[in-house]
Amino acid sequence: MNSIHKILIANRGEIALRVIRACKEMGITSVAVYSDADKDSLHVKYADESANIGPPLSRKSYLNIDHIIKVAKDKNADAIHPGYGFLSENEFFAKACTENGLIFIGPTSECISMAGNKSAARKIIIALGVPIIPGSNDIISSPGEAINIAQDVGYPVILKASGGGGGRGMRIAHNKKELTEAISIASGEARAAFGNPDLYLEKYIEKPRHIEIQILGDNFDNYIHLGERECSIQMRYQKLIEESPSPFVDEALRNKLGETAILIARSIGYTNAGTMEFLVDSNKNFYFMEVNARVQVEHPVTEMVSGIDIIQQQIQIASGSKLEFKQSDIQLRGWSMECRINAADPADNFMPSPGKIENLILPGGPGVRLDTHIYNNYEISPFYDSLIGKLVVWAKDRPMAIKRMQRALSEFQIEGIKVTTGFHERVFKDTDFIKGNINTHFLENL
Amino acid sequence: MSSETYKITSPLMGTFYKASAPGEKPLVEVGQKVKASDVVCVIESMKIFTELRADQTGTVLKIFVDNEEPVMKNQELIEIELDS
Repeated sequence: MNSIHKILIANRGEIALRVIRACKEMGITSVAVYSDADKDSLHVKYADESANIGPPLSRKSYLNIDHIIKVAKDKNADAIHPGYGFLSENEFFAKACTENGLIFIGPTSECISMAGNKSAARKIIIALGVPIIPGSNDIISSPGEAINIAQDVGYPVILKASGGGGGRGMRIAHNKKELTEAISIASGEARAAFGNPDLYLEKYIEKPRHIEIQILGDNFDNYIHLGERECSIQMRYQKLIEESPSPFVDEALRNKLGETAILIARSIGYTNAGTMEFLVDSNKNFYFMEVNARVQVEHPVTEMVSGIDIIQQQIQIASGSKLEFKQSDIQLRGWSMECRINAADPADNFMPSPGKIENLILPGGPGVRLDTHIYNNYEISPFYDSLIGKLVVWAKDRPMAIKRMQRALSEFQIEGIKVTTGFHERVFKDTDFIKGNINTHFLENL
Repeated sequence: MSSETYKITSPLMGTFYKASAPGEKPLVEVGQKVKASDVVCVIESMKIFTELRADQTGTVLKIFVDNEEPVMKNQELIEIELDS
């Protein structure tokens, strides 16, 4: 047991707040870090201690490994929680933590490296007999190579950021011309978002569902899964609505996906919280996509149906505790749905909408959870993610969860910036959505 | 010397980039000829990259902001002199 008394949170926004809340409930001291753009941010106010880590550009602050490690040591932190995005899946950061005597709250550096190295991961997955989508087995070394692979597997193809996740740096190409154009811009986005421009390519499966399995693994080879999340409602490969369970997944498919996720986790020695992402076609064939070696944005829907605090589990696992649950202890109850509320204008092609928040009224009441870092007069800067909050509901079944979300969305009032709540309301009134008749192209046809 | 010019402005608050990726050469320099629809700069806002394109053929007369400089919505970025 390496007891953890003080955690530095190497992140910002709602996830930094989420980790601080877990720390408070566990009696752990929290240290926030913030860029010049975030000095008035709620994570700085709520943490027990805080430190400025530099200018607004992520590269110079939230992605600055040396500086963050130095602050953690100066503050005598025992551990670092990386949140999601930024350095959360950076093997060098995890390694730097360990080398400096800090516990990295997440999988090992080697494991992050393997999960992030799509070619190594693919070889292991194929050897396990898990179905996988055909594509480049390695990082694309040149546009010419990408074009050759695309011809082999057939268009359309999708480019993905090797260091990424959450849809950043992903582009689809239907032909050679589109692929050539997509490579440069996707690489640029990947570099800015993750500090890593590497891309890989795979065949694009049309009209699939995006279904992922949350797992927890301790350092003693114990693994459990907490069921699936349905994340098919996406805009430009960015998830906008998630739910658990999925209206498409029955007990047999859940067990199969869960067993497969644990098989993968165990075979790569994955520890801590993680997610295995799958594409599932309309015939319930599934293809493994990738390991997300971090806590995910949409983890609250799993918390709501499982009653398990995933962040607290991460901290306990990192401190060397054994998992306190067996698979047979896991009871998934009711239905949970999440809307990612973004500072973006649905009427203007989801153009980012930074600015000062005014006249804010937040939803509440039974079964409503809002994870957010915003408050009245808070300034949303253009430097980071457009996510301003996650509106989560729980109810006994999906129809009730939908009604509850409709109610919560109608209570959400905000001025000064454009947000996506109205767009979410439209989705929650759509007949196909209400029936659970969705796929990853749903929003394109809305 | 009364040649006609037009200015490219930022459609949103964000960060101005002269190149499409760090380490790459700037998309345009002062004195460079541009064709309509050529990408002339990139604005990053909330991790989304927006390429700005020239409206008409001409020559880059002035670039008002430095690389990686924060820009406001409607801020003037690049002035282009039309071919006469």
